[in-house]
Amino acid sequence: MSTEPSYVDDLYREHSRRVQATLIRLLGDFELAEEAMQDAFVAAVQQWPVNGKPDNPTAWLIRTGYHCGIDQIRQRSTARRRAHLLLPTDEALDLEPTTIEDDALRLLFTCCHPSLSMEARIALTLREMCGLTTEQVASALLMKPTTLAQRIVRAKRKIRDAHIPYAVPTQEELPERLPDVLQVIYLVFNEGYSRSTGVSVVDISLTQEAMRLGNELARLLPQGEVFGLMALMLLNDARRDARQDSEGELVTLDAQDRRLWRQEDIQVGIAWLEQALALTPAGYYTLQASIAAVHAQASHAEQTDWGRIVRLYDALCRRFPSPILALNRAVAIAMNGAPDTGLKLLDDIAHHPQLSRYHLFHAAKADLLRRQGQHEAARSAYQQALLLVTLDPEKRFLNRRLAELENPP
Amino acid sequence: MKYVALVYYQEQIINAMSEQAWHDLNQECVAGVERLSTNGHYLAGQALQPVETATTVRVRDDETLISDGPFAETKEQLAGFYLLEAHDLNEALQLASRIPPARLGSIEVRPVRELPPKAHKTVIGEQP
Repeated sequence: MSTEPSYVDDLYREHSRRVQATLIRLLGDFELAEEAMQDAFVAAVQQWPVNGKPDNPTAWLIRTGYHCGIDQIRQRSTARRRAHLLLPTDEALDLEPTTIEDDALRLLFTCCHPSLSMEARIALTLREMCGLTTEQVASALLMKPTTLAQRIVRAKRKIRDAHIPYAVPTQEELPERLPDVLQVIYLVFNEGYSRSTGVSVVDISLTQEAMRLGNELARLLPQGEVFGLMALMLLNDARRDARQDSEGELVTLDAQDRRLWRQEDIQVGIAWLEQALALTPAGYYTLQASIAAVHAQASHAEQTDWGRIVRLYDALCRRFPSPILALNRAVAIAMNGAPDTGLKLLDDIAHHPQLSRYHLFHAAKADLLRRQGQHEAARSAYQQALLLVTLDPEKRFLNRRLAELENPP
Repeated sequence: MKYVALVYYQEQIINAMSEQAWHDLNQECVAGVERLSTNGHYLAGQALQPVETATTVRVRDDETLISDGPFAETKEQLAGFYLLEAHDLNEALQLASRIPPARLGSIEVRPVRELPPKAHKTVIGEQP
């Protein structure tokens, strides 16, 4: 058996996340579990080439890591606090495959616990669930590694000291707890998606990591909304090549070259959506994915079934009222042949604090006014949007639109 | 595992309540404590007099300084506390969400920190 670095890397990539998740359960402490896992891999690299690879490598690594962790505890003066951990014998370690699978879920629900700040949830999930290093997570989130490391340490301390449970929610708790996890995965996806038009500085794709997480969650917890989220991510990601032109400038949905949309991803996304819709009632992500599917299935922007999109937004706004959804619904109504109604609806919600400072609200209003030929009003709405926008590609896009109003192409 | 639930609300909301509404809220709290006790979650607790009755004490350079009012002027004022027994944070949060003033203000849930055992002073020349 080879002890080449690549062999160690492969070993690590294949087993580390599962070993870590189970060791956290057995040792009751994130940091101790991580140290113990490192010790176990060192032992594996030394012993496997000599004694041969064990039949069940994951269980071997967990058992070895567990013993290393217990030794650590014995050596520390804080042993009293974790005295309860010294009791179980080897047989008491539950290493059934289903329990080990559930450990991944326990870890995910802990990392996404609502009592942690959203920044900490995202950082912890990427670090612990995706197996990325602190440096990789920091560069993917455009943060300093030291800042990120501090945030992770603080979160782990809270998990330990406040006793955030390391448990899969019960069936009764699940409807309330699942959205916490889905939200973190979708935020990770969007963090990557919104940046894909900018200069790419990292090789970690947050969109890919989010879809990997979603895939694993769908396997472990086959719920309609998990399928819906997978569909939503795939249908959005299918458009990634069309979202910027050759100069890297933003291209809006209606102007995208739809031949660049990845049909394969769209088909897989639609398949996820059908699975989600089979498990009624359709939830938040499933309804959003249904809207994305309408766009994905129109071969030209003019063929978009806006009537269906309006009905889907109606359902969304009824069940999950929010100013952002109200904004999208108003735009859909305008696009569905009722621009005056759409603009009127926008005016009705313009004073909502979440919208008045939101650049996309003003950009959407400007776009509707432009389509209506109300150039003066459109101009002032674009200027309002420009005051609030922060991302450079969006800023350039708004400036282009403003220039087009002055000198039509 | 022990948690403290600190109950905060804006006293002006309470002051604006009708006599009947205030009475009902108190009775609801009493019933809540009874329920928590039956389930073994209630260890201790107390409602507090309004913040205008608060006095703050500090000791600096051996000097005791006393001042009128609470330690911090906040939008919501501390109105009472519960000492709860819960299996983990999820259970503590669930118990806290059923404390009636959670609907009016906020409940801050904090795990308790156990102080270390008393350190034995060894005096030279004496038997421990």
